[in-house]
Amino acid sequence: MSSVSRGFRGRRRDVGGEEGRVPPGQYVTQDFPVLSAGPTPHTPHDQWSFSVEGAITPRTWTWEEFRSLPSETVTADIHCVTRWSKLDTVWEGVSLDTLLGQADRGGMFVMAHCDGGYTTNLPAQDVLGGQAWVAFGYGGQPLPPEHGGPARLLVPHLYFWKSAKWVRRLLLLDHDMPGFWETYGYHNYGDPWREQRYSGD
Amino acid sequence: MDALDGNAIAGLLHNVFSSEMTTATGTCATCGSASVVGELMVYLQAPGTVVRCPVCGNIMMVFVRRKGMTCVDLTGLAHMAA
Repeated sequence: MSSVSRGFRGRRRDVGGEEGRVPPGQYVTQDFPVLSAGPTPHTPHDQWSFSVEGAITPRTWTWEEFRSLPSETVTADIHCVTRWSKLDTVWEGVSLDTLLGQADRGGMFVMAHCDGGYTTNLPAQDVLGGQAWVAFGYGGQPLPPEHGGPARLLVPHLYFWKSAKWVRRLLLLDHDMPGFWETYGYHNYGDPWREQRYSGD
Repeated sequence: MDALDGNAIAGLLHNVFSSEMTTATGTCATCGSASVVGELMVYLQAPGTVVRCPVCGNIMMVFVRRKGMTCVDLTGLAHMAA
């Protein structure tokens, strides 16, 4: 019998090979924490619409029109700036390539506007090319309101505050502007692999 | 998600204002309603702390903890009387 303690290692939570999938400063959670800066909107489908505006031919979809667009099942790891990461999350959504079209958006920016007034900014290049979706399903079910339903942005390669809940409108801009948390000192871009939590990181 | 009340940020407010603030009265810059700080709606589960007017729901205060500093935005507050 060994007289040496094995030491305190904590419980390993190896989810199908976490190695190389968890950005610096993050821990893996099995839960899906709910973060919000305000009350949860409950917009009924018959009052919901989704629009693209600004430096793009404006277009609005009703819920039925939006749901009739081609959708994709996306499996992604997500990373919240509050340090939790969740691996292998499964979403269903409409690609922003479908919503914004195939035109060259080089040098442009997107401001996402949401029910409740939340905003976040992203370079257009980061939401095209199969990198971003407007997600309406999670885990094979309709996206619950507390997680952003009826629909939220899903941009898994950036910190999750960029994946705006309750998104209703994308404004295409020829210049960048800070969104809600970006105004308060969070990083303008938010790459979890470079740990871009705050401006200046 | 349910909001907490202003008592949830008693410690945070004490750190910022060096005074007991939960019984202070804050006036919303958006709708003009005066509310006791302890009655404000507080959202802690976010990258920062967001405090909203219980009457109109607009943001009155935002606090972001960043590298040992607390950044404070009070632009949604017309005034506060302790």
